Amino acid sequence: MKQQASVMGATENLVPDTRHGVILYMENVSVSFDGFKALNDLNLYINDGELRCLIGANGAGKTTLMDVITGKTRPDQGKVNFGQQIDLLKLNEAEIAQAGIGRKFQKPTVFEALSVYENLYLSLKMDKGIWCSLWHKLNGEQKDDIERILATIGLTEQRHGLAGNLSHGQKQWLEIGMLLAAKPRVLLVDEPVAGMTLQETERTAELLTSLAGEHSVVVVEHDMSFVRSIARTVTVLHQGSVLAEGTMAQIQSHPDVKRVYLGEEST
Amino acid sequence: MILFARLIFLMLFIVALSWPLKAAEFENFETALTALPEANFKSLPELLEAIAELDDQRVSSLFTHLSKGEVYFQKSDKQVFYVVDQADGTANIVDVISGEVVQDINKNQLSKVKTTNSIRSGIAQLQAQLNLNHQDSAIRLNAAREMLADVTRISDKRLADRQTKEENSAVADILILIAALKELSKEDSAAQLAALESLDSSLEPDVRQVLVAASQDKERYSPEVQIKIKATLASIENQRNLYSYAENIFFGLSLGSVLLLAAIGLAITFGVMGVINMAHGEMMMLGAYTTYVIQQCFPNLIEYSLLIAIPAAFLVSGLVGVLIERSVIQFLKGRPLETLLATFGISLILQQLVRTVFSPLNRQVIAPEWMSGSWQINPVFSVTFNRLYIIIFSLIVFFMLLIFLKKSALGLHVRAVAQNRDMARALSIRSNWVDAATFGLGSGIAGIAGVVLSQLTNVGPNLGQAYIIDSFLVVVFGGVGNLWGTLVSAMTLGVLNKFLEPITGPVMATIIVLVGLVFFIQKRPMGLFPQKGRAVE
Amino acid sequence: MKNFMALFATPVQRVTGILAIVTLYVTLANGLLPPDSFLYVSDYSVTLLGKYLCYALLALSVDLVWGYCGILSLGHGAFFALGGYAMGMYLMRQIGDRGVYGNADLPDFMVFLNWDVLPWFWAGSDSFIWMVVMVVLAPGLLAYIFGVMAFRSRVSGVYLSIMTQAMTYALLLAFFRNEMGFGGNNGLTDFKDILGYSLQSGSTRLSLFIITAVVLWLAFFICNRIVNSKAGKIVMAIRDAENRSRFVGYNTASYKVALFTFSAVLAGIAGALYVPQVGIINPGEFSPINSIEMVIWVAIGGRGTLYGAIVGALVVSYAKTRFTAIMPEAWLFALGGLFVLVTLLLPKGLVGLWPTLKAKAQQLWPKTKEQAL
Ligand SMILES: Nc1ncnc2c1ncn2[C@@H]1O[C@H](COP(=O)(O)OP(=O)(O)OP(=O)(O)O)[C@@H](O)[C@H]1O
Ligand SMILES: [Mg+2]
Repeated sequence: MKQQASVMGATENLVPDTRHGVILYMENVSVSFDGFKALNDLNLYINDGELRCLIGANGAGKTTLMDVITGKTRPDQGKVNFGQQIDLLKLNEAEIAQAGIGRKFQKPTVFEALSVYENLYLSLKMDKGIWCSLWHKLNGEQKDDIERILATIGLTEQRHGLAGNLSHGQKQWLEIGMLLAAKPRVLLVDEPVAGMTLQETERTAELLTSLAGEHSVVVVEHDMSFVRSIARTVTVLHQGSVLAEGTMAQIQSHPDVKRVYLGEEST
Repeated sequence: MILFARLIFLMLFIVALSWPLKAAEFENFETALTALPEANFKSLPELLEAIAELDDQRVSSLFTHLSKGEVYFQKSDKQVFYVVDQADGTANIVDVISGEVVQDINKNQLSKVKTTNSIRSGIAQLQAQLNLNHQDSAIRLNAAREMLADVTRISDKRLADRQTKEENSAVADILILIAALKELSKEDSAAQLAALESLDSSLEPDVRQVLVAASQDKERYSPEVQIKIKATLASIENQRNLYSYAENIFFGLSLGSVLLLAAIGLAITFGVMGVINMAHGEMMMLGAYTTYVIQQCFPNLIEYSLLIAIPAAFLVSGLVGVLIERSVIQFLKGRPLETLLATFGISLILQQLVRTVFSPLNRQVIAPEWMSGSWQINPVFSVTFNRLYIIIFSLIVFFMLLIFLKKSALGLHVRAVAQNRDMARALSIRSNWVDAATFGLGSGIAGIAGVVLSQLTNVGPNLGQAYIIDSFLVVVFGGVGNLWGTLVSAMTLGVLNKFLEPITGPVMATIIVLVGLVFFIQKRPMGLFPQKGRAVE
Repeated sequence: MKNFMALFATPVQRVTGILAIVTLYVTLANGLLPPDSFLYVSDYSVTLLGKYLCYALLALSVDLVWGYCGILSLGHGAFFALGGYAMGMYLMRQIGDRGVYGNADLPDFMVFLNWDVLPWFWAGSDSFIWMVVMVVLAPGLLAYIFGVMAFRSRVSGVYLSIMTQAMTYALLLAFFRNEMGFGGNNGLTDFKDILGYSLQSGSTRLSLFIITAVVLWLAFFICNRIVNSKAGKIVMAIRDAENRSRFVGYNTASYKVALFTFSAVLAGIAGALYVPQVGIINPGEFSPINSIEMVIWVAIGGRGTLYGAIVGALVVSYAKTRFTAIMPEAWLFALGGLFVLVTLLLPKGLVGLWPTLKAKAQQLWPKTKEQAL
């Protein structure tokens, strides 16, 4: 029964079944590029409402993992489920996004030819079919949403400016704003603070922590102090599979991690 | 046709009758000639037959002139002359026996040795027999081939005679076929079966025709022989099909190599550099016109014109390419659609330029002697030299380019710039220079393709247009940035086209290939041999 | 005066106003003024203007996909031609037995080819309604199928452009064949009348012109609505960052297919309006260079603005008429030069020049402006 629902692909009506407390299941996932295993028999579970940090050396497979969840890359094998019943491997990128998985890219990408306001408008959670888009008018509630997000990301001033004219950091913020507008169940955030000032980094940390609970948040970051400031659970990826998982303290004392990751760093 | 056959039959009948009597046998050419003026339509064939028996060099020439109606005799002394009308209205009178020109005789004093149609065809046959004994083996081969159409033209005795003397193996093979056909026409099933054995897998069209006729003839051939005939025909048919496949593949490969030449320039500019050059076809056109100009400038060097044209066209098109890159394309980096439009504009300008300078009409480019002719591998399969050379030439160009890109410093720089311009520049590669050189290289190769095209199609202002879509499809089909892919795809498309053509006609074949490619691109947008990795995205 | 100028504030109002004025003027001048008057507009000019408006409609359709969605179609000529052929078939059947061979059922070229029945795809072509349906359906269906195949498999950029070019090239070859049943090389021509009105008469020509103007206005209005709707913004988002749009949740392929199909239908309608005015449709309309010329109208006018496309089509077509009359050889030079110059120097087209000029003017004469106020 549950299987069928996801095959039918009526994505608007698909609500992930999280009765077991887990919202993302990745089991035995492998991805290889020309024989090189970017993900190698990876198992990862993200709980509903948690804030999870993913760390790992360059090329460990963090971005690839997000690519697999969002449908950009198809794994060679394995299972990726959203909630218990939605098989993400059967959906395309748009359907996955509509089902409630939002993503911020490592390299900020916004719609440069549109205004900041329009960027948020397009990202709002709603029917994304053509017919609806042709006749759509913003209602009061949606307008309020946009205003609130504009305030959150500090771009109220630039609302009518073109997104293409924003600075790098502002684009980062706009992208986060777009994520918020979509009200996803799961946020995948790839290196959010790269290129941000110290204060902005702090603000981002605050924002992400406040989001957890209502949303599940997965953050990839190299900045260890940032990770330390937000992390409750940390997962270490190494050569495409999970090396260790636990609190920051547990991770730091984990022998394997010491050897391959922190150990390397200290030498 | 039937009348003709009957006449021959009649003639042979007469010959056969006269044979044992040795009625008309002459000592030598001279005595035989004396009989010529007296002969009438009835006795003439017999007489000629006898003359043909003579072992004399002059016989062949007599027959030639006789069939042209140029043999006359003097009424008074029955001396025989050739009268050859000259272009200026006068006649050249030659003594047949001595072969010398005679001055003091007027044409009016002579009367013509009259012939009829049937006599003339008889002469042709006699000549074929004569040729069968010629010293030149090529002439013998031709004569033997002709003989296949009607083996009754040669007597068993003479054939056997010839067979013992023949040294050339190709001629001997045909003689065996003739003998076999003769056996086949005999009323003896054992002989017939033996004959069929040696006819098996012969590709001569005449043999096949005789067999087809024989397979209808239920009277002459017993059922057993009939079966054997059918089997022989089937095996011949098999062979022919095999060779027609071979021919299709050859034509396909030659079309493929034209496509390859047209496309590899593009594979560099588009595939390696990522610049889409709609004026690529016009670079070929410039190459073709360069050939034309060179032939006009050095009319006495036509034989070498292509050899001169190849480097010249490379330079002309290459320089124009560099010019285009420096003046337009470099300002449109990273904007492929704009590049497409701008280069399309350039293609229009170049076309119009050629129209204004040379005229809108097609120009004639001469094919050198060594490009024409063909290599007859067997009666149903021949390879024309120009196509053969083109296949070889395109492969040479392809491999030279491949080696150049792989091994040379410029090749390395080209690939570096194509993959990461900023990084390459940081490594102090002069990316501007590399761009210009690469584009020049691609355009120059297009120019070379133009030289080749000038040998195959009309050289006109629209020459390039016809090839641009094809070239792009070849590159895309093979996988952008992959030279091997371009090779495979060009050859595949060429062969595919030639196999479709006989079934659907050339226009439909082109349409089918186009539509097929459109479908293919949808299935595999990155081509047959896609580039892999993240850089693609 | 100020109120009057306010009528022309937005692009829509500007286009509406100018179209209305021109149409009104041409109608009155052609209908009422004596032929020797200075202001008279001849029947010939009316038809010429009608032709230009068809081009403008075509340019609009190209701009919609290229300017707003980044789909550079080098095959829009095919949709134009298909619409034209649909109309041509209808007009052909209207000739009836007035053709050279006097055959009431078969068009002349079929009699010439010794055919004795109408091919199946000509069925219904004598009905006006069916013709209208086909004008929409033929290009629409082709675009839909092509679009589904191309956009679903994510073919884009120059690949797509070349595929569209291959498409129109294949159609060109196909329509040249007599066996296709569309008149081969010569195409369809020698039309007599439409809905019973003679195509030669001045009033029919004027009516066709007016109809074209109205259709152009309507198309402009609808396109304007589309690009300003949320769907229009999405289309632009797809143009600039297709991948990103997918991750925001838009099925980009279906947006592209829909836009491409709509645009093809517009092109088909332009073709259908064009044919009765010029009196012929032949396979030449499929030739790749025609499709490229449409692209240059849009590039010159200014892509990404609807009125820019219209301006471009009118300016270039007028220039072409002029040029080919004075020195025909120069036209290709000029066209080629335009391609190069516009892409290099005027990426936003003529329309993009306007704001720059206005700014310049204000710099030069700041006072006059103040005085006027
Ligand atoms: N499309 C692709 N083709 C080939 N190799 C790929 C592709 N995508 C990823 N890889 C390889 O997979 C490995 C994992 O890449 P990934 O981007 O997931 O690493 P990462 O953990 O995000 O690294 P970073 O911290 O530097 O962002 C890398 O070695 C990369 O080269
Ligand atoms: Mg990464």
